[in-house]
Amino acid sequence: MKQRIGPPERGAPGGKVTRRDFLQSAASVAGAATLPAALATGTAQGVPAAPAVPAPAPAVHAVTRTAITLNVNQQRHELSIEPRLTLLDALREHLALTGTKKGCDRGQCGACTVLVNGRRINSCLSLAVRHVDDDIVTVEGLSGADGSLHPMQAAFLRHDALQCGYCTPGQLCSAVALLEEHRRAEEPRARLSDDAIRERMSGNICRCGAYPNIVAAVREVLDHG
Amino acid sequence: MDDFSYARPSDVATALQWAAQPGAQFIAGGTNLVDLMKGGVAGPSRLIDITHLGGLARIHELPGGGVRIGALATNAETAAHPLIRQRYPLLSQAILAGASPQLRNMATNGGNLLQRTRCPYFYDTGFDRCNKRQPGSGCAALEGFNRNHAILGASEHCIATHPSDMCVALAALDAEVHVRSARGSRQVPLKDFHRLPGDTPQRDTNLGAGEIITALDLPANRFAEHSHYLKVRDRASYAFALVSVAAALSLDDNVIQDVRVVLGGVAHKPWPLPDAQPMLIGKPLEPEILKSFAAAALREAKPQSGNAFKIELSRRAIVRALNLAAAENGATSWA
Repeated sequence: MKQRIGPPERGAPGGKVTRRDFLQSAASVAGAATLPAALATGTAQGVPAAPAVPAPAPAVHAVTRTAITLNVNQQRHELSIEPRLTLLDALREHLALTGTKKGCDRGQCGACTVLVNGRRINSCLSLAVRHVDDDIVTVEGLSGADGSLHPMQAAFLRHDALQCGYCTPGQLCSAVALLEEHRRAEEPRARLSDDAIRERMSGNICRCGAYPNIVAAVREVLDHG
Repeated sequence: MDDFSYARPSDVATALQWAAQPGAQFIAGGTNLVDLMKGGVAGPSRLIDITHLGGLARIHELPGGGVRIGALATNAETAAHPLIRQRYPLLSQAILAGASPQLRNMATNGGNLLQRTRCPYFYDTGFDRCNKRQPGSGCAALEGFNRNHAILGASEHCIATHPSDMCVALAALDAEVHVRSARGSRQVPLKDFHRLPGDTPQRDTNLGAGEIITALDLPANRFAEHSHYLKVRDRASYAFALVSVAAALSLDDNVIQDVRVVLGGVAHKPWPLPDAQPMLIGKPLEPEILKSFAAAALREAKPQSGNAFKIELSRRAIVRALNLAAAENGATSWA
């Protein structure tokens, strides 16, 4: 993937990103409370560091930046972004909301699940520029203002519904949406079978295989609130 | 993902005008297009975001008992809509059999029609040969991994399959696609919307340059009581079909009054079985009759090196889907 992640001056010629660039930029952004200057001022003048070996001429194209506002967890954030920035990368790399995880980055694993206007989506397949008027909730926004856990978070803890925890933020957002979808449904409130819970959670892959405990946690919140 | 510019028109006329610029492409849900852009398979220089076009997300009744589904309604909204659940349970079932809840919340109905094949050689630019991605370059799937590929209607240029579940049900329900361009509007039967690969596999559909899908019309449904979408896949959920069957029956005391059967996962487009009407109408719903129909339906099938199993699988899935359709009572089950 040729997507450039992080501040533009980190990018290698041609816009390609090495693993080292990625880790460095991710580390620098994760520790920053505010936007990197080059991003905040809306300029795109970052010059790649001179390579040790002359590289082939990079493809040159004008980088268009767009100023947008994102409403995330009831806070407004002003951003200057490229249209190709995904919502996932905006959350993690620009807003330092690293609870939302990047798994496959191709819409197959669900680790990046967030709620947009109350509905769960894969933030890796959605462009940030399209979410200007949306109400976005990430795993950081599930708990109450006083820090109390969402009932689903508490149930995940009680049922040990994780092992490594990498997929957990996506599982939680997905499970919270599942609850809401079930409450909204017009059909008689049939009790969901475990198979139905599994089907409705099937967009979230858990490589550790914590599925039985995830289903138990969702089951408990569905049945007892 | 290569850089591109972004624009968000608010009416169809403006969207069509902007889309006429070189390198421009529409984006709606983006679940397929953004994925293809990340993989370097698609590289538009300008994206026209059509999700804010007014009036295209509605689902409403038509005179005569039919229903119009807006192109921008999401797959999730469509599957859950009372008009669809009650009158077209087959469509709800098929939509819910596809993708994941997250993707169905993003994906639109128009976009579902326009999603591209999941052939791994099309998706992976590390392979040089793919006539769909690079016309004239060849087809790596012919001698490669082709377990999921076509057994009907393929050509020496392309053996890809269309991945949609929704379109298989739409074909069985005789849906019509509404298309608009600067020149006016036209309607295309869903059955004729997608193309066979022939020697132009780069063209998936008969949507012309400068055209946009605005809606899908479903005629009044005679099959609401007895229909079933059967999807056979490698795992229980969140996988593409090896074979799927949309089966719709109108029954009178176990005698078939009318019938539609469409296969998915076996061809470059939803594969209707037009022999269903002459072979089954007026006949009782009996195993031998269904089996001989299923055998005839697959007579022209040609397997690839890795998917001969799909032929027998299709025959059995047809019989099973028709039996399950007969046993249903019009209720939509959500898993």
